[in-house]
Amino acid sequence: MALGGSVQIRHVDAGSCNGCEVEIGSAFGPVYDAERYGARLVASPRHADALLVTGVVTRNMAAPLRRTFEAVPGPKLVVAVGDCARNRGVFAGAYGVVGPVSDVVPVDVEIAGCPPRPEAIVEGLRKLTGR
Amino acid sequence: MNSAINTAGAGLGTAGALAVCTALVATAAPARVRPVVGSVGTALTGAAGVAAGIAAVAGQSMSVTLPGVLPLSGVSWTLDALGGLFIAVTGAVAVAGSVYAISYTRSHGLESRGVQAVFPLFVAAMLVVPAAASVGTLLVCWELMALTSLLLVLAEHRQRDEVTDAGRWYAVMTHLGFLAILAGLLTFAAHAGDDSFAALRRAAHTMPPWVAGVVFVATLIGFGSKAGIVPLHAWLARAHPEAPSHVSALMSAGMVNLGIYGIIRVGQDLLGGGPRWWWLLVLALGAVSAVYGILQAAMSTDLKRLLGQSTTENMGLVLVGVGAAGLFATAGQQVLAGLALGAALLHVINHAAFKSLLFLAAGSVLRATGTRDLDNLGGLRAGMPITTGLFGWGALAASALPPGTAFVSEWLLLQALIHGLPSSGGVTSTVTAIAMPVAVAAVALTAGLAVATFIKAFGVGFLAKPRTEAAAQARESPPLMLAGMGLAAAASVVLAVLPGVVLPGIGSAVAAAGVGGESGSARAAAGVVTLRLVGVTGALSPLVLVLALLGASLLTAGVVRAVTAGRVGGARRVARLWDCGGGPLSSRMEYTATSFAEPLQRVFDDVVAPETDVDVDHHEESRYLVRTVEYRRRVPDRIEQRLYQPLLKAVAAWGVAGRGLASGSVHRYLGYGFYTVCALLLLLAVTR
Amino acid sequence: MTALGVVGGIAQPVLIVAGSPVLVGVMRQVRAHLEGRAGAGVGQPWRDLRKLFGKEAITPAGTSEMFRAAPLAQVATTLVVALAAPFVTTDSALGVISDLFAVVALLAMGTTVLALAGLDTATAFGGMGASREMTIIALVEPTLLVAIFALSVRVGSTNLTDIVSATLHDPARVASPVSLLAAVALVVVVVAETGRLPVDNPSTHLELTMVHEAMVLEYAGPDLALVELAAATRLAVFLGLLANLFLPWGIATELTPIALAVGILALVVKVGVLGAALAAAEVFMAKLRLFRVPELLAGSFLLALLAVAASFFLA
Repeated sequence: MALGGSVQIRHVDAGSCNGCEVEIGSAFGPVYDAERYGARLVASPRHADALLVTGVVTRNMAAPLRRTFEAVPGPKLVVAVGDCARNRGVFAGAYGVVGPVSDVVPVDVEIAGCPPRPEAIVEGLRKLTGR
Repeated sequence: MNSAINTAGAGLGTAGALAVCTALVATAAPARVRPVVGSVGTALTGAAGVAAGIAAVAGQSMSVTLPGVLPLSGVSWTLDALGGLFIAVTGAVAVAGSVYAISYTRSHGLESRGVQAVFPLFVAAMLVVPAAASVGTLLVCWELMALTSLLLVLAEHRQRDEVTDAGRWYAVMTHLGFLAILAGLLTFAAHAGDDSFAALRRAAHTMPPWVAGVVFVATLIGFGSKAGIVPLHAWLARAHPEAPSHVSALMSAGMVNLGIYGIIRVGQDLLGGGPRWWWLLVLALGAVSAVYGILQAAMSTDLKRLLGQSTTENMGLVLVGVGAAGLFATAGQQVLAGLALGAALLHVINHAAFKSLLFLAAGSVLRATGTRDLDNLGGLRAGMPITTGLFGWGALAASALPPGTAFVSEWLLLQALIHGLPSSGGVTSTVTAIAMPVAVAAVALTAGLAVATFIKAFGVGFLAKPRTEAAAQARESPPLMLAGMGLAAAASVVLAVLPGVVLPGIGSAVAAAGVGGESGSARAAAGVVTLRLVGVTGALSPLVLVLALLGASLLTAGVVRAVTAGRVGGARRVARLWDCGGGPLSSRMEYTATSFAEPLQRVFDDVVAPETDVDVDHHEESRYLVRTVEYRRRVPDRIEQRLYQPLLKAVAAWGVAGRGLASGSVHRYLGYGFYTVCALLLLLAVTR
Repeated sequence: MTALGVVGGIAQPVLIVAGSPVLVGVMRQVRAHLEGRAGAGVGQPWRDLRKLFGKEAITPAGTSEMFRAAPLAQVATTLVVALAAPFVTTDSALGVISDLFAVVALLAMGTTVLALAGLDTATAFGGMGASREMTIIALVEPTLLVAIFALSVRVGSTNLTDIVSATLHDPARVASPVSLLAAVALVVVVVAETGRLPVDNPSTHLELTMVHEAMVLEYAGPDLALVELAAATRLAVFLGLLANLFLPWGIATELTPIALAVGILALVVKVGVLGAALAAAEVFMAKLRLFRVPELLAGSFLLALLAVAASFFLA
């Protein structure tokens, strides 16, 4: 993926418990500092190259997640953060759940953990930026 | 009868004759042909006026005196460069407006005999006012202009009630202004012994200062109210929107200029300059009008009312220039005075060009959608692309940003004000040292607010999505309306890029007003491609600016194309609007004109003081459940509320009190007469 | 148009376009270090731009030519200012537009087209950003023009070359009350016009706190690259104007390689120092509420007015 060391990321919460959000916040904080590898959070999917999706995809968030993915200009990537995003995690079989992120949009990188440690998140992002 | 007929005189005479003929033919013609006849005749009248004006500015002057035409005073006309400039401007606006009107009057039901016959007469009256050379002629032509414009303002009174109200305001205020001018000029003529302008000029030297002051203030009130200067601006924001659009264009871009003409003619030419406080008053009124006018326009959501209030702003800027010129002249700085007056006259010309374009485009919008309310417009770009482009250019021209038209005249005005400060070789006085920075600050604030206003008008009214069905159904205007707008747009483009073509003419006009030293033409700036200021350091080339911008745009576009060619990107994709994923955005989510202006309204809350109404409609079952909420915000004219309403109430109260005098008793009425005669005899005995 | 001006006219735009993303990088690094982070490096903005130029171009449905033309127009106006104003050389390639009013108005024009593009998107955020930006512009204009007035009074002209040359020949002028007051007023103006804290937060994600960002939420790919480049060059141009109006030493006054090298180095150092100082100050400041910004701008207006008064009364 020739993004040249610069990846702008749009975070989408598809139905998470916010545990992964706390870890992502740590990953971009002073201690783990994902920004030094060229990753940056942006405010709009139009500005982004990659979507950072947390949480299992609930029924209400399926269509918005798809629309967000369509709004991102190509070439684009999707990162599924946490076990819920990878394989439903603890919410497998719940009534409001559509499925893991890969059921709704194609996933390129997965970060395992419930929640994943900030180092794992940074390692996953470094796969995108190549730095 | 003594006359020197040349192009100037012939042009003016032709214009008058054409106007009368058109009026007669339009009265007799059948309804289908009437609009064409009336409009074409008016266009030719305007063209003759332009020819006369240009000839006069080029140096041909003309004098005609006809003693028998009016009782007691006769009429006399003298066409000099100052009058010629205003005649040319009015004629040009009349040409554009008439070409537009050929289609517009047909689609708006304005084919009545009254409108079609009065229109050419209105233009003719406006053309002859600057040529008047005696008090009687000026007053008669002025009143003729007021009456014809009143009839035109009332053209649509059967369709809307607001028109009658607007007409009433206009009639009263224009006649009060007329009375003020009458009082001032008659005082002047009484002192001079004769009512011709030549006699007035001679007598100005021997007038006691307080009489001169009274004359100046009275004529300032009268001419200022015609120009829409605060606090006599209330009629402008009412009458200009309600008139048919081509008439609005003529009034805003032609008639208000004559107020400025009057102030310059009486103040500088006839009275010969006068003391400093006159011009400080003019400067102060101009600055206040400019800021107040544009503030009201920034709050306004009615497209034509916004344009009318912007006229107050621009006339305020012109008066800032006129006032500064007078200040500099009284201090002996003739070069600076010529520069300031030249800037003011250039702004008059520029304003005429872009304001007529904007009003004609607003008329197109009104015809296509049936509404003037910006909150109900939007998305007109799809259905009316040419009108959108023309209005966009007009908005740029009006907002004093380069490469717009108003940018050049505001630059000149700012240069005049900046060089007026003592440390830069200007006028040495504390008053000027305070007045100049305040004037610059006022001009700057109006420039900033004008940008916000016209971005609002263009962005909310024409771009994005339509907010109502009417706006979605808008279709482009017929070709003749586009042609009229195109004429005005072409004029404003020429003035934006090559203002140097009109500067020599402006110099002649300034010299004719008696400002700018002994030299024959007081030129503010020389050069066509580059404007170089005369006498002070400063230069600007609008043409080079435009070419540089175009070049930079092409370069950037070329580089971008080269860099992105053959990359992973590929062709441009049309994507759905980013709506945060929640579902399609309706036009209700767009910013309206009201919401756009809301931060400004909060900042200027003390001056603007809007009135808000919130109506909450609850469900029958429970007060906790809301069915509808209606929010209405009105921005009234504060000056109207604080100044006019109390005045009108006082007059009404006085009238009611006066009823007590009419008791019905004949004895009392005889007593009134008796006591009044006794009092008069006493007065005469005491004062003789 | 002198030879010095022509050389400057080529060197200045190239330097400013190439160097402004580096300036943004430096500012982000200063901020990162002060916050205890390592930061992405000064070359990161250029990496971002390179990547953006390679991405897909998107036109949202329902927008008009205004949306597509606005980034181009912004870059074009800033390029013209970079060409015309004295940054590296005192003489300008286009001396007839090197007027302080014209330059300031051109920069305002750049902001205005972006506001129109924001309105054109038909989203609430676009309109909100446009409305706020126009309010700030309207209130910044008086300060800006009165400060220009103060600067031009002693020189007798608003031509940038004249002002810079006059300050070069009379260094003591810089320490006068007029200069100092005008400088403080212009610092506030630069902060407001370039959208930095405390007027606007360039790195916020909360739309309700956005002014500039809200207008550009729809832009993607090459359009977004142009918008970001325009923002960076505008910042560089404003800081460069601030530097050269008050501290012009180092600017090239003659056409020799040494003078030009010194001129380029001086501009880089001055703009770099000013940018780093601005970034450092931003770390210690919070964004002002939108309705407190007029108070800040009114305060700067008062300073500018005092500067003009000082130029008369302390003459």
